[in-house]
Amino acid sequence: MGPNLLANYGEAVSAILFCIGFTNLLLQNNLIKKIIGLNIMDSAIYLFLAEKGYIAGRLAPIVVDSVTSVDTYINPIPSGLVLTGIVVSVSVSALMLSLTIRLYTRYHTLNLDEISMQLKKEGR
Amino acid sequence: MSKKRSQEEYQKTFSFRFFRWFNGEKDPYLGEVEMHPQEEYQLDPQAALRYEKEHDAILDKVYDLERNKTMQLFHKLYHATSILFCLFLIALLLVTISYLPATGTIDRPVNNEVAKRYIENGLEETGAVNIVAGMILDYRAFDTLGESHVLFVATVTVLILLRLNKTQKSDAEINDRRFEPKNDTILQLVATFLVPIIIIFGIYIILNGHLGPGGGFSGGAVIGAGLVLYLNAFGFAKTERFFTEKTYKWVCFFSLSFYCLAKSYSFYTGANQLHSVIPKGTPGAILSSGLILPLNIAVGLVVACTIYAFYAMFRKGGF
Amino acid sequence: MNFICNFPFFSILLSLFSGTVCSVLPQRAAKIVNRVVILTIGLLSAILLVYLLSTGEPFIYWMGHFPAPWGNEIRAGVLEAGMALFFCIIMYLSMAGGAHKLPGEVVESKHNLYYILVNLLLSSLLALVYTNDMFTAYVFVEINTISACGLIMIRQVGRTIEAAVRYMIMSLLGSGLLLFGLCIMYDLTGHLLMSNIKESVSLLIATGEYQIPLIVSVALMCIGLCIKSALFPFHAWLPDAYGYSTVSSAAILSSLVSKGYIFLLIKIIYRVIGFDIFNNTRIIDMLFVFGLMGMIFGSLSAIKENDIRRMIAFSSVAQIGYIYMGFGMGTQAGMVASVFHILSHAATKSLLFIAAIGLTDVSGGSRKFIDLTGAAYRSKWAGVAFTVGSLSMVGVPLFSGFISKLLFAQAAVQVEGKMLASLIVLGISTVLNAIYFMKTVIRIYTSTDESSYTSITFKDRKSYALVLLCFIVLNVILGVNSQPIVNMIEQGLAMFD
Repeated sequence: MGPNLLANYGEAVSAILFCIGFTNLLLQNNLIKKIIGLNIMDSAIYLFLAEKGYIAGRLAPIVVDSVTSVDTYINPIPSGLVLTGIVVSVSVSALMLSLTIRLYTRYHTLNLDEISMQLKKEGR
Repeated sequence: MSKKRSQEEYQKTFSFRFFRWFNGEKDPYLGEVEMHPQEEYQLDPQAALRYEKEHDAILDKVYDLERNKTMQLFHKLYHATSILFCLFLIALLLVTISYLPATGTIDRPVNNEVAKRYIENGLEETGAVNIVAGMILDYRAFDTLGESHVLFVATVTVLILLRLNKTQKSDAEINDRRFEPKNDTILQLVATFLVPIIIIFGIYIILNGHLGPGGGFSGGAVIGAGLVLYLNAFGFAKTERFFTEKTYKWVCFFSLSFYCLAKSYSFYTGANQLHSVIPKGTPGAILSSGLILPLNIAVGLVVACTIYAFYAMFRKGGF
Repeated sequence: MNFICNFPFFSILLSLFSGTVCSVLPQRAAKIVNRVVILTIGLLSAILLVYLLSTGEPFIYWMGHFPAPWGNEIRAGVLEAGMALFFCIIMYLSMAGGAHKLPGEVVESKHNLYYILVNLLLSSLLALVYTNDMFTAYVFVEINTISACGLIMIRQVGRTIEAAVRYMIMSLLGSGLLLFGLCIMYDLTGHLLMSNIKESVSLLIATGEYQIPLIVSVALMCIGLCIKSALFPFHAWLPDAYGYSTVSSAAILSSLVSKGYIFLLIKIIYRVIGFDIFNNTRIIDMLFVFGLMGMIFGSLSAIKENDIRRMIAFSSVAQIGYIYMGFGMGTQAGMVASVFHILSHAATKSLLFIAAIGLTDVSGGSRKFIDLTGAAYRSKWAGVAFTVGSLSMVGVPLFSGFISKLLFAQAAVQVEGKMLASLIVLGISTVLNAIYFMKTVIRIYTSTDESSYTSITFKDRKSYALVLLCFIVLNVILGVNSQPIVNMIEQGLAMFD
């Protein structure tokens, strides 16, 4: 164990959340729960990134009274990355949800194993 | 000393009526607000029988664990390995994190010359008061160009999956809102007040993106939410007057093309060390910071239309 | 700066922009725009390749007004330009070869959307090839994933939608791990551009700081990309996705999409971590073992299969195993062999998919082997092309597959600890390949008495036959004229440093 686990408690939380989401994506049979797992996973990464940008006691990176000193603001890069990442995760969620709707209207179940079983029975 | 009241007398008191209301025995709005009883959804009996049969057959096959030993073993193995893998991953990441530089401190590799230039020269070089907006729309604009195309390609895939052709559409119209009340007065009244405010707030966020917290994506999402609320209150017939699939197509096309072409010009002049004709303006003014404001507007339009399109597609497979 | 240096940027922007334009065009125009764009980008890449071979120097191109650690960048060397050219050729041929099946498999009103997806897929592949920035790579990986998912499920039968869901789940696990690894890497180095990360990483290695997070971050990125490129234990989605989507999609997915991720991994190995540092980690052993397992189990599954397209799909699993085995050897020769195998597999696999559709067309649309008996007599072109593809996969001289197997064997001999394992598995895998491909070839050349199915001649489908001819020529060029290509790959890999 390294020295900084306590100082990095925010990252530790995000790591645990990431793994919870990851396992949900692997284990749940229900497609909606899988999508929830996916969203937890993505949000955990954004939490991690947001923690990376933080510097204690500094302001959000919006210039106030034309003070452009590096000692005033937090690191703006992770915030920008989070913004980009959020859009990606919205798009992916929408795609997954529409796939789910499609499968549900066709097979009347959200369980991926049952859908596979029906497909095998159809024999196509 | 408490006085014993008669039954009739008691029924007239406020507390009695309150408790009846509280327990849900009486509907306070009965006779005062008009209620439309909803039709109950009825599955075609034959179809219901078929679904049930199929469902049972599958349950037999998949979950008949007595006979399906391999399936049982596979499931157990899969679950066990997944959980073990998750625990392993948690342990690994925690150990990793314990070795990372401490959060909140200044002397970390992250706080290097890159962040320094963004903060110190960002105002001058991009003209944006909001350093993050300046960073994602000017310094690292290629990422953001890719990001808006992610949204575009996601809409395309949703259209592929859920858009119905004309014959299916009429069925979908009938099925639409079967479970919801139509023409809800409360919702319509609230929407009449709220929708303009929401949309104006969204426009403010977009236009203010380079001056404060906000930007194209968040503002567009707010406007999209306003449109969805309007749609819910007044139905597709009203929204179709100003927003059809054609509108969506052309708005998206013009915004994305503008984005693409404007950024191409900026990339081209940047890479070839040419002088760009786009003025930076005075920082802090509404018309400043070069391309950031028009790009924010373009992104905002795309996002608002996309959010609305997602909702319309999810609900009935068309606009 | 020479004007030719703008070409990578033009290629990426052109394909992105054409995707947007296709959304408002009528269907025929969208098809023409799609073809013209692919050809134009191929032409631009060819000119760029010639220019780079003559100068011998890679160049960096700013995406914006700001230099290295502040703005985005793209970078072009011989390998990048060559890959872009090759991707364009394969994509054009796949689109042309599957064009006649498209109206039957995709609803008329959704053809535009198909061309949008193809254009955006091409742009994301080009961006993955040229990018010099890790976060840009992540964003375009997502575009690649989503458009590939669209290509799978645009033919809407139950199997493809289920396959698309499985594909998305695996891909998203991969993206999550990739992004997490990327964030840890960013935390350690403070940079997102590949060249700057590499400087910081070599500094960290020299000072001995942050060793554990560094290794974990590299491992997470590697596993993420392995999952996305369907390395052996993560291949469950692949057979349905390749087996039931439209022909062009199957050809493009098997030959290009997974290769885009693998190329990104090569870039990460060379341009982010450094080849020597990467080889000193245990990660390459893991890649080696999974590669070997994929080679054997992929072929075994293919033997069991009774459906020609699913068989070809399972064969992809084995071939991706080859590529990772080359990474796992940890030598320059292994890497060259892997890159050559990317080319050879892409050329052969798309040929097989396109030829297989010709065979199933003359067998009443059935993909079962029993119905395919004698199909090569009914459609002579498809039969010849399928045979060429099979021979190339098995590794018969004259064809590209032989050269890549030769290169793998040569590379294996130079590695002490891994020589025996790789040679034995290479041998077993070749035999298994021969079993299932030769079985198919014999089956399609077995004549039958009953001629219940109609036959198709050259005159019926000229463009299809021409596409097959182009594929065969491409395969033979890769097989006969391999030395210049291998030299080019070596030069390109040397330019990465």
